[in-house]
Amino acid sequence: MNKVVKSADEAIEGITDGMILGLGGFGLCGIPENGISALIRKGVKNLTCISNNAGVDDFGIGLMLQTRQVSKMISSYVGENAEFERQLLSGELQVDLIPQGTLATRLLAAGYGMPAIFTPAGVGTEVAEGKEIRRFGDKDYLLEHAFEIDFSLIKAWKGDTQGNLIFRKTSRNFNPLIAMAGKITIAEVEELVPAGELDPDHIHLPGIYVHRIFEGKNYEKRIEQRTVRSRS
Amino acid sequence: MLDKNGIAKRIAREVKDGSYVNLGIGIPTLVANYIPDGIRVVLQSENGLLGIGPFPLEGEEDADLINAGKQTITTLPGSTFFDSAMSFGMIRAGKVDLTILGAMEVDENGDIANWKIPGKMVKGMGGAMDLVASARNIIVAMQHVNKAGESKLLPKCSLPLTGKRCVKKIVTELAVLDVLPEGGFKLIERAPGVSVEDIKKATAGKLIVEGEIPEMIL
Repeated sequence: MNKVVKSADEAIEGITDGMILGLGGFGLCGIPENGISALIRKGVKNLTCISNNAGVDDFGIGLMLQTRQVSKMISSYVGENAEFERQLLSGELQVDLIPQGTLATRLLAAGYGMPAIFTPAGVGTEVAEGKEIRRFGDKDYLLEHAFEIDFSLIKAWKGDTQGNLIFRKTSRNFNPLIAMAGKITIAEVEELVPAGELDPDHIHLPGIYVHRIFEGKNYEKRIEQRTVRSRS
Repeated sequence: MLDKNGIAKRIAREVKDGSYVNLGIGIPTLVANYIPDGIRVVLQSENGLLGIGPFPLEGEEDADLINAGKQTITTLPGSTFFDSAMSFGMIRAGKVDLTILGAMEVDENGDIANWKIPGKMVKGMGGAMDLVASARNIIVAMQHVNKAGESKLLPKCSLPLTGKRCVKKIVTELAVLDVLPEGGFKLIERAPGVSVEDIKKATAGKLIVEGEIPEMIL
């Protein structure tokens, strides 16, 4: 079993025009920076991207919007991105906005082998249009389907050669969920170690969900909103 | 009349000792600054953290440690990290005691609209729909009227809804109001220097005024 690949370019082999991709991260936190750069180099087009956010104008998925590689976004929140809003309002880009918990749980369902979930989020709103509603007890729930993703691109802090992953702080967010939902999952890590070096009790995502892994380079890890207390 | 910090300060008095609280972006975030001494709360950040700490000291920002508003933050003793499915799992399961969020409109049935202005603002609902559909208690922090001077407390919301029949309490620069289960905004307190008449004028939905309305204690 050899999951280790040399580079992001090798890792994304097999991704073609029109595919459905899942990308980890929340805002710019924990996004697969190397994978996104490789997708831009490769120039694949007409992609559907499932990701909680769409980056900012000049970073993250925002870069793939600049190059017009994305035809559809499935996200919960896409503020902070003027180019996104422009393409959406002009009709160039299709977008499915879905509640964040619904997004997370539809990914979880995919990774847990369940075809659908019931959630109260969106009942009585336009999110419920055309969806099956089921009453449990005294409350209504929407039936929401598990995602099907061709390739998932995610970022972890540490990983081993078997694909076992450890995430760091709030950069975990959607990463393990996007990973679990991918038919093929590509993990980039800040530090890649031989199997056996990570304590099995400390692993957040078992390598069975990861098919290709590589050590990423030159992480910028850009901060969207730098907020600090002064030292005085 | 209250400023934004005044609204946050008044809402902070609603927070009970030992509770888990989710704070939305904007005025709700300010509530954390006014939790009274002796009240211990754990703040939940829906991107995957229980136990939000203060902003980091200059130079100690960590790109891997942010809140739901994408601001750099810190942890506290006892903080934990988790993924987004567990984050919304605990919200959906009713483990989060109180949600405080902003709104564009609230109506007398407790419906809330806070995510979309058709043709103008299309940013997405983020976690708001999940939160309002499942939180055991929801307090809305907002201005009583919008920038055009129109009431945001309506007989019926005009913007696309975030959730139905979910808002329990509203705190504005003018007043504290409860949304009654049978419908209507019940006036509970007036902001300092604000009359019942002022509040009536600024409320388009059904306002219920019973007896003397006390002034807020901040």
